[in-house]
Amino acid sequence: MTKEKILEIKNLKQHFGSPSSPIKAVDGISFDVYKGETLGLVGESGCGKSTTGRSIIRLYDITDGEIIFKGQNVHGKKSKEEVKAFNREMQMIFQDPYASLNPRMTAGEIIAEGFTIHGLYKNKKERQMKIYELLEAVGLNREHANRYAHEFSGGQRQRIGIARALSLDPSFIIADEPISALDVSIQAQVVNLLKQLQKERGLTYLFIAHDLSMVKYISDRIAVMYRGKILEIGRADDIYHHPVHPYTKSLLSAIPLPDPLSEKRRTRIPYEHTEVPDSATYYEVDEEHFVYGTESLVTEWAKARTK
Amino acid sequence: METRKKVVEVKDLRINFKTYAGLVQAVRGVNFELYEGETLAIVGESGSGKSVTSNALMKLIPQPPGIYASGEILFDGKDLVKLTEKQMTKIRGNDIAMIFQDPMTSLNPTMKVGRQITEVILQHRSMPKAEAKQKAIQLIDQVGIPFPEKRYNQYPHEFSGGMRQRIVIAIALAADPKLLIADEPTTALDVTIQAQILELMKEIQKTSKTSIIFITHDLGVVANVADRVAVMYAGQIVEYGTVNDIFYNPKHPYTWGLLGSMPDLDNDAEELLHTIPGSPPDLTHPPKGDAFAARNEFAMAIDYEQEPPMFQVSDTHFAKTWLLHPDAPDVAIPEIVAKRIRTFAEKEAQYND
Ligand SMILES: Nc1ncnc2c1ncn2[C@@H]1O[C@H](COP(=O)(O)OP(=O)(O)OP(=O)(O)O)[C@@H](O)[C@H]1O
Ligand SMILES: Nc1ncnc2c1ncn2[C@@H]1O[C@H](COP(=O)(O)OP(=O)(O)OP(=O)(O)O)[C@@H](O)[C@H]1O
Ligand SMILES: [Mg+2]
Ligand SMILES: [Mg+2]
Repeated sequence: MTKEKILEIKNLKQHFGSPSSPIKAVDGISFDVYKGETLGLVGESGCGKSTTGRSIIRLYDITDGEIIFKGQNVHGKKSKEEVKAFNREMQMIFQDPYASLNPRMTAGEIIAEGFTIHGLYKNKKERQMKIYELLEAVGLNREHANRYAHEFSGGQRQRIGIARALSLDPSFIIADEPISALDVSIQAQVVNLLKQLQKERGLTYLFIAHDLSMVKYISDRIAVMYRGKILEIGRADDIYHHPVHPYTKSLLSAIPLPDPLSEKRRTRIPYEHTEVPDSATYYEVDEEHFVYGTESLVTEWAKARTK
Repeated sequence: METRKKVVEVKDLRINFKTYAGLVQAVRGVNFELYEGETLAIVGESGSGKSVTSNALMKLIPQPPGIYASGEILFDGKDLVKLTEKQMTKIRGNDIAMIFQDPMTSLNPTMKVGRQITEVILQHRSMPKAEAKQKAIQLIDQVGIPFPEKRYNQYPHEFSGGMRQRIVIAIALAADPKLLIADEPTTALDVTIQAQILELMKEIQKTSKTSIIFITHDLGVVANVADRVAVMYAGQIVEYGTVNDIFYNPKHPYTWGLLGSMPDLDNDAEELLHTIPGSPPDLTHPPKGDAFAARNEFAMAIDYEQEPPMFQVSDTHFAKTWLLHPDAPDVAIPEIVAKRIRTFAEKEAQYND
């Protein structure tokens, strides 16, 4: 399979606050996303995952770097039409199902909001059918179309958010912790749904999450983020079974598994951060497997890794 | 085992809520017991009655609309249901402490975090103020918050969501309670912080013999913390056993569904996760028979007619499903769950070699 890059991130920086003492939420990250794959983005709270997603989808003016989507510079100068086209192509599912939906709108109105903006499904009947189809695609039913957002549970709201994200038939979806607020059984439904939609529609996902077992399951590749930097990126299996960076190892050692006997023996590996000089960069330790650091550090870590 | 002290015994607890749509039967006859130093995990999907059950133990069900329709909650042999609010206030925060799902409900936004912790410490035990402060700072440190001295003097709004939750945990632990009820305490936290907090809770449990009721929907966390597990569905406990009973020998089809829906790190990415079809019943009109019948692929005619009793599987293990009736056909546990249990057994054998 030859891989086609759909998204390229080059040395992306997103700083907040005053330039004299900036909060470096994202501090020089580079990665590619291939068409049709799921790239998982994991890391501790506040490490910059959401900021990365929001920068990619143009919710912020970036501080530095380049974001190239389907060959075009996302943050370059654009006509209104180009912005509209981009907005159809790339959609985001948000972390907080409570804050991200207007409680005074019905589920149907929320899902159809984009239709009006983009002049789609002008025929009323056709629009209704599309809303029903989307509701059913995310495991809700037609009767839900006329209910207000505040009448739904968290899990149901998140599904409305997914239906809204799908409404414009995007090719790329940034899912920012789309399942964290949900029950396990509903998480499984949503994850199956995302997988099935990916297969049917050839979608590409950037999947942000802190539930590492779910990320492992849904992702083809995984990027591990820490304090605004991506420390390790590679195929999901390699990251989980042969991690190189000490932070990745520490993170993996903390995942609780549904296996009481092994849980009783769990030993967490604490993480001690090593500051690296500005010369640090990505080194390939294996096919498609990159680790951020200095050459000597990465060599040392790679030697110590679990085979 | 027989000599252990029983701390809590809940008998036939029923909690209803009066609403415009009718009477919601949120908890429908729950029974369980908890021993000293033991952790009971309550799992089940959203709306199954986990929070109502635990709030009921704290006598925190607002009345109205809530109604204690029946049952007893014996704590140290005393029935909490019968206590007055004044008597209950004494028990809350002292003998029984609770960590709520939403941290802001238990923090005072206008009081410095440090003082909120020392107040609880001093309520519980008399000691010099300076010593209480040291203990508070130590707790802030133990729940994984850097710069505890500085944090001691800050207000809740200066903390991130995850940090607030950790402060709530610190306050609950400061009381050194006999019973700690933790309602989804770590759901909003990172795995590393979560692991740290679980370790801390276990450590404190060991030294103080605290009994813990731990509500979560993360089965990995359950496997990590629980001695025993109660699986709740539609306001009832449908399976009950030791953590090993529930994870390695589950008997209720709903438990199979829960176990199957969680990926482990060896899941084949090509296979879909198991899901439980349909949605939970409306508790204003609980269905006749087994409440899980409509979602149960193994349901039999009797499931739609008559509610199953708790069948005993072993000394420690009970499940409320007609599949355990001697006349029921043999139903094999779903392959995805069976496979996982086999994998775990193999790992265990490897480890023991
Ligand atoms: N608009 C903003 N203004 C100032 N600081 C911000 C802003 N957005 C984010 N930050 C800061 O940037 C850092 C990264 O935040 P971000 O929301 O990207 O983290 P995250 O990895 O998504 O965390 P979580 O897992 O908790 O959602 C944090 O320190 C945060 O406080
Ligand atoms: N004050 C109330 N008035 C009416 N119904 C209520 C009230 N509080 C809870 N309920 C109902 O009781 C049932 C059980 O709710 P509970 O909060 O215990 O669920 P839970 O198992 O904790 O779910 P979650 O995992 O979402 O926290 C639900 O159907 C809920 O709608
Ligand atoms: Mg985020
Ligand atoms: Mg609850």
